[in-house]
Amino acid sequence: VSAMAPAAASPATSAASGPAASTARMLLALHAEWTKFRTLPGTFWLLAATAVLTCALGGAVSAAFRCTPGYCSPAGTGADPAKLALSGLYLGQVLAACVGVLVVGGEYGSGMIRVTLAAVPRRLQVLAAKSCVVLAAAGAAALLGVAGSLVAGRLLLPGRGLSAANGYVPLSLGNGTDLRAFSCAVLYLVLIALMSAGITAAVRNSGAAIGIVLGLLFLFPIVTAVIPDHTLARHLNQASPMMAGSYAQATVGVAGLPLTPWQGMGVVALWAAGALVLGGLVLRLRDA
Amino acid sequence: MTVLTPYRSAVAPTRPPGFWSLLLAEWTKLRTVRGFLIALLLTVLLPVGFTLLGRSQCSIGSAAPGQPSQTFACPAAPVGPDGEGVDDNLYFVHQALPANGSITAEVTGLTGKYNSPAGNRVRVGQQAPLAPGTQAWSKAGIMIKASTKQGSAYAAMLVTGANGTRMQWDYTGDKAGLGGNVSASSPRWLRLVRSGSTVTGYDSLNGVTWTEVGSYQVHGLPASGTVQVGLFAASPSHTTITNSIGSSVGSQGPALATGAFTNVAASGTSGAASWTGTEIGSGTGPAIPGGPSPNGPASVFDGSYQQAGPAAFTVSGSGEVGPDVPGAPDGIGASVQVALSGMFVALIVVIILGALFVAAEYRRGMIRVTLAAAPSRWKVLAAKSAVLGAVTFVAGLVAVGVTLPLGLRMLRSGGNPIDAISALTEIRMVVGTALLLAVAAVLALAIGAMTRRSMLAIVTVIVFIFIPYILVNVANLLPGVTQDWLLRVLPVAAFSVQQPYPAYHQVAAPYTASNGYYPLAPWAGLGVLALWAVVALVAAGWLLRRRDA
Repeated sequence: VSAMAPAAASPATSAASGPAASTARMLLALHAEWTKFRTLPGTFWLLAATAVLTCALGGAVSAAFRCTPGYCSPAGTGADPAKLALSGLYLGQVLAACVGVLVVGGEYGSGMIRVTLAAVPRRLQVLAAKSCVVLAAAGAAALLGVAGSLVAGRLLLPGRGLSAANGYVPLSLGNGTDLRAFSCAVLYLVLIALMSAGITAAVRNSGAAIGIVLGLLFLFPIVTAVIPDHTLARHLNQASPMMAGSYAQATVGVAGLPLTPWQGMGVVALWAAGALVLGGLVLRLRDA
Repeated sequence: MTVLTPYRSAVAPTRPPGFWSLLLAEWTKLRTVRGFLIALLLTVLLPVGFTLLGRSQCSIGSAAPGQPSQTFACPAAPVGPDGEGVDDNLYFVHQALPANGSITAEVTGLTGKYNSPAGNRVRVGQQAPLAPGTQAWSKAGIMIKASTKQGSAYAAMLVTGANGTRMQWDYTGDKAGLGGNVSASSPRWLRLVRSGSTVTGYDSLNGVTWTEVGSYQVHGLPASGTVQVGLFAASPSHTTITNSIGSSVGSQGPALATGAFTNVAASGTSGAASWTGTEIGSGTGPAIPGGPSPNGPASVFDGSYQQAGPAAFTVSGSGEVGPDVPGAPDGIGASVQVALSGMFVALIVVIILGALFVAAEYRRGMIRVTLAAAPSRWKVLAAKSAVLGAVTFVAGLVAVGVTLPLGLRMLRSGGNPIDAISALTEIRMVVGTALLLAVAAVLALAIGAMTRRSMLAIVTVIVFIFIPYILVNVANLLPGVTQDWLLRVLPVAAFSVQQPYPAYHQVAAPYTASNGYYPLAPWAGLGVLALWAVVALVAAGWLLRRRDA
């Protein structure tokens, strides 16, 4: 009965107008998107993998850390404990991107998008509803993964030389810079998922979309690491979603980075917003 | 009772298509899909665009305390007798050797001092107190050198700070002699004998019983004609390589080595009175054309010598004599990796192509037609891999064959000091990178055949190759040992085909992937990737046979 209710209600609500009716339409679209997302076979595993692999890689990198005897002070290692613990984001961002690509791209593969657009003719509303689903799903997975990374880092790093005896403060959300780094990490994963959703709406092919997203994430840092022109490298780093995001996770040497942490977060947010606007335009203007 | 005969078609059974027809079929499927052609075009065109990133002028700034900073063009490394980039900074006390002859000396001590910026926090304008001690490869000994020009051929017998007695020749050659450190109570006798362009080195503990260390034809040493013979001292910069994160240089600074010599005797020279001291190179670091001496007008690191008698000398010198190692503390050459950075975008494109080449057949149901036409599933997989591998190899060969020479040319025209890369090495880099692209595409195809979903295959392969690469080269989070293991066992090992310069044990440097050095030999590294691809193909073939399409 409950499954029938939205279908029965939809003709009445779509005919009505006014803010209340528009809210109701949005809620219906959201409900539809959520149902489609949660009934996909891989959804649970993808979200679980995002959370588990993020903290697993973070834990592995933290566990692999060894400080060279005599160089264990913060100045000697140059290590950033928060960044070490958050190194799982290199993998987590890829899985978060998959969440974004899957929510939008799956429908183009199966032709389901035509049904969706027939049911919800306001196309931007479809994209908005999908973005909300991405936000909620990726946000939940990101929160779990980042929290796990924090715990893993806090447990492992003191035993690897980054201890209070060597002058390091244990990772803790009570510490202002750590709180910023870890909350920015959650935000980063969500924004990357949203960016991926936008790019997928623009290119309408899951394979091509994930290729473009991973290219945008990985090519910038690979190129800027070897480019001889330091001014150009700095500008490319400022524009790169992955590098800008990593500046937001820094707790050591923040003053020397090309962007402040919140500027970095702003760059990632701009990428996500830009991709969603592009995706919205393509969805609005092109035939599905 | 009637016997039921099963129906048999009157048409004679045709033989299943041969492998050539399968190849033709797969080639047709590849060339008739617009998206695949676009991907191949991108594989060739995108990397070429990336070479523009190498267009940057190289300049270095100099700011002496209290003076405005100036920028100078980057100096290039001197060129050695075999055309390679070399470091040639030493203090040489020499005289002319017009024909064949020899030199013998007893080394009774090797001491040194160095500037360690990390150990000494110094105020601006103050001279840091120098720490006493030699470096592992501080050198003092005897040398026969074609001339006092930087980069000229030489052969030397020398004692080192921590690596015993060595014979070294023509910058890259190095052979161990007697072990142990030199001191007044445990001196080392050294002898070099020139016969034409062949130099033989001997060492001895007592000056009576001699051991031949090696005899080498020294390229660039004239067979007949005057060469210089004498005593020298040099010391590479003080370096501490820490392995907490990568193999990063913990601290570095210039160093000076002083050798004490007695019983110096040269035969075949004009006379014992005519010793000349020459600073070859500028001591520490490269000489900057038009720039100030890196050590200032009169530095504690300037070379010098004192003669205490007809056959007793002390010689002090600073700098590296050996192959130029880009990335080393005394290295001059710039990194060439930007010339290959376009390859990464091509890598992403061929991985997508490889995954879609099989996954798209599942999406469209085409795979059933393919398997109906060619019932041998192993052969289908082999044909697909062969066609994809060949096509991506050719596309990669064109792409890298254009981008590497073009990128190197751009770097050089911007004044970036790129050491010479031999033609064979350059060919290996181009062909190896093209093979890397082809094998990665086949790996993506195999994973695509296993997962039957393009996105899953693309993500798996890109993650598998790029995340370790980024962890090792960009993120700087892993200790050196862990990095080396990742570079031995994971597909990233294949990037060793792009190593432009060999690693030398006689030069202390952070030999990391980010500096262009890999733990595996070039082709062995590519073999690791190929092994992954073969394992994935076998698994894919097994699944393809076992599963319903």
